[in-house]
Amino acid sequence: MLKKISIFALVCLMATVSLASAETLINGAGATFPYPLYSKWFSEYAKIDPSVKFNYQSIGSGGGIKQITAQTVDFGASDKFLSDDELKAAPGKLLHIPTVMGAVVVTYNLPGVPKGLKLNSEDVANIFLGKITKWNDKRIADDNPGVNLPDKAIMVVHRSDGSGTTSIFTDYLSGVNSEWAQKVGKGASVKWPVGLGGKGNEGVAGQIKTTQYTIGYVELAYAFENKLPFATLKNKAGSWVEPSIQSTSAAANAAIKHMPSDYRISLVNQPAKDAYPIVGFTWLLVYQDQKDKLKGKKVAEFLNWSLHKGQKMAAPMLYAPLPESVLKMVEKTIKSIN
Amino acid sequence: MQQHDSAVLKKIMATEAETSCAVRSGAHGDRIFRWLTFLFAAAVLLILGLMIFEMTKESLPAITKFGWGFITGSNWDAVQGDFASLPFLYGSIVSSILAILLATPLSVATALFITEVAPKRVGGMAASLIELLAAIPSVIYGLWGVLVMAPWLQQTVQPWFVEHLGFLPFFSGAPYGVSMMAGVLILAIMIVPIITAISREVLLAVPQSQREAAVALGATKWEMIRIAVLPYGRSGVLGGVILGLGRAIGETMAVTMVIGNTPQISLSLLSPAYTMPSVIANEFAEATNALHSSALMEIGLMLLVVTLIINALARLLIWKVTKGQKGGAA
Repeated sequence: MLKKISIFALVCLMATVSLASAETLINGAGATFPYPLYSKWFSEYAKIDPSVKFNYQSIGSGGGIKQITAQTVDFGASDKFLSDDELKAAPGKLLHIPTVMGAVVVTYNLPGVPKGLKLNSEDVANIFLGKITKWNDKRIADDNPGVNLPDKAIMVVHRSDGSGTTSIFTDYLSGVNSEWAQKVGKGASVKWPVGLGGKGNEGVAGQIKTTQYTIGYVELAYAFENKLPFATLKNKAGSWVEPSIQSTSAAANAAIKHMPSDYRISLVNQPAKDAYPIVGFTWLLVYQDQKDKLKGKKVAEFLNWSLHKGQKMAAPMLYAPLPESVLKMVEKTIKSIN
Repeated sequence: MQQHDSAVLKKIMATEAETSCAVRSGAHGDRIFRWLTFLFAAAVLLILGLMIFEMTKESLPAITKFGWGFITGSNWDAVQGDFASLPFLYGSIVSSILAILLATPLSVATALFITEVAPKRVGGMAASLIELLAAIPSVIYGLWGVLVMAPWLQQTVQPWFVEHLGFLPFFSGAPYGVSMMAGVLILAIMIVPIITAISREVLLAVPQSQREAAVALGATKWEMIRIAVLPYGRSGVLGGVILGLGRAIGETMAVTMVIGNTPQISLSLLSPAYTMPSVIANEFAEATNALHSSALMEIGLMLLVVTLIINALARLLIWKVTKGQKGGAA
């Protein structure tokens, strides 16, 4: 009796497995930042083209780069672009396809100052270097006339886990402050001169929400969704910019003149008037020469869809869509996938 | 007569043949059973051996680059490629030992209350509630710690320490809330159920005759516990403490959320710290390059070695304590 049941179960299992393999399965892995948007894209795309199924594991940008280099997945996703050495280590030409953009906001808990505290780039760097230690320091007060800054110590909170958010933020700090560039540098995990570490955006935000006089950095989408107060920053052109979807997209627009064909560019500190200074692309990584031609065709079709229909879904989910100028470039790059 | 004999003989031979068949297949079954159980046991040891082998292989780049300096140095810089693990070692060991020191008296007292003092029904209820604590996932402890306990520490408890005991190096510095103190408290809360459950079992196993003998000699309740019950259950309670220590050293999520994640060595309980499992959990997914991954693997290897050393020391301690003592099994 037991034998009959087990044989029946085995046959059923094999049938379902063979049924599932009738469609193309495309595997991807990488960044956690765009995961909510990619999830939505995959489920919407399945309605349009039911012959292809996407499977994405958000194991982190580092993991995504490792897996696509090892060719265990069909595409990777990363918030930081590959270095020249990493590109050389890949067994084939790896293309970076920018999908959307993210921004990092400086958030704080200052009783009496709801939002819009103005911080210029030197001040942000000095706070995170530990050189500005009090909220009512003259350098902060000078940019915020009329704001009642308390005579309290600034408590810095940063990310303890490696992340793309930290990459972009430290990239910005390295660009605006030479001492930071020399002493700390940029990367997904750095040696922070001062401050506590919180795990994930939620760790940093939780710490800031529950402790007064703290300052830290989180992703734009996270800050908006959780209604966290954020600082207005002074960009390279000298204007005060609030973080928003528009000011994020504007940064990529500003960089179009010197946009490299492989899109490996840092978008922090762009010189446009309306550009928010702490911004970056997130990329999908695919090989130009696809071993499996059918998979390659399906991936290219999906990328094209994401460029047009997919971009419309970005803003409601608080991701900044690519500006028109960049879209046109990316279209051409996708055509080169074969 | 001869026919009858031969018939009987045939029958005897037939049964003999059957019996030897049965014995043979029985022996077969026994052999298969022996090999199967041996295989399973060997598989567990094999997995452990493979783990150690893989971890050593992956940490070789960091071992060859840093040598012993990895254990004695304090600089952890992923951008410059310089790694050293002393702050994490310090954080892990200090937080675990302090948690044990805090939790053991609490747990043993709770177990004594449940077995000796409380009426049977109350004791049973208390025991189930405490075991429920052990079932709560550690992430929930972490969330509660960072959202409730750490702010409470920062606003109420730590300022009190700074005001009254601030001259001691253990309570110097600004109160952040998230700190070594928060880590120790969360670990203590998490290991109390384990030690309590085991101590309770051990104390229940003390023969009633021991208690009666002590009381017959005129001992008060506390003297009876001190003379008859505790010495008998000493090794078992120690075993429970070691189990708790094992959990404390390896605890990752709850500690990561409340300890502040700052790699520094400081005597003060108010300053944030970093433990070995925390740094691995935080940085492994996005480890920037091969050397970074390798350094994290080496920390994992060190964690394994520290756990083995502590277990060995603990076994030694139990053996010493129960040498020549009659009592319950460890």
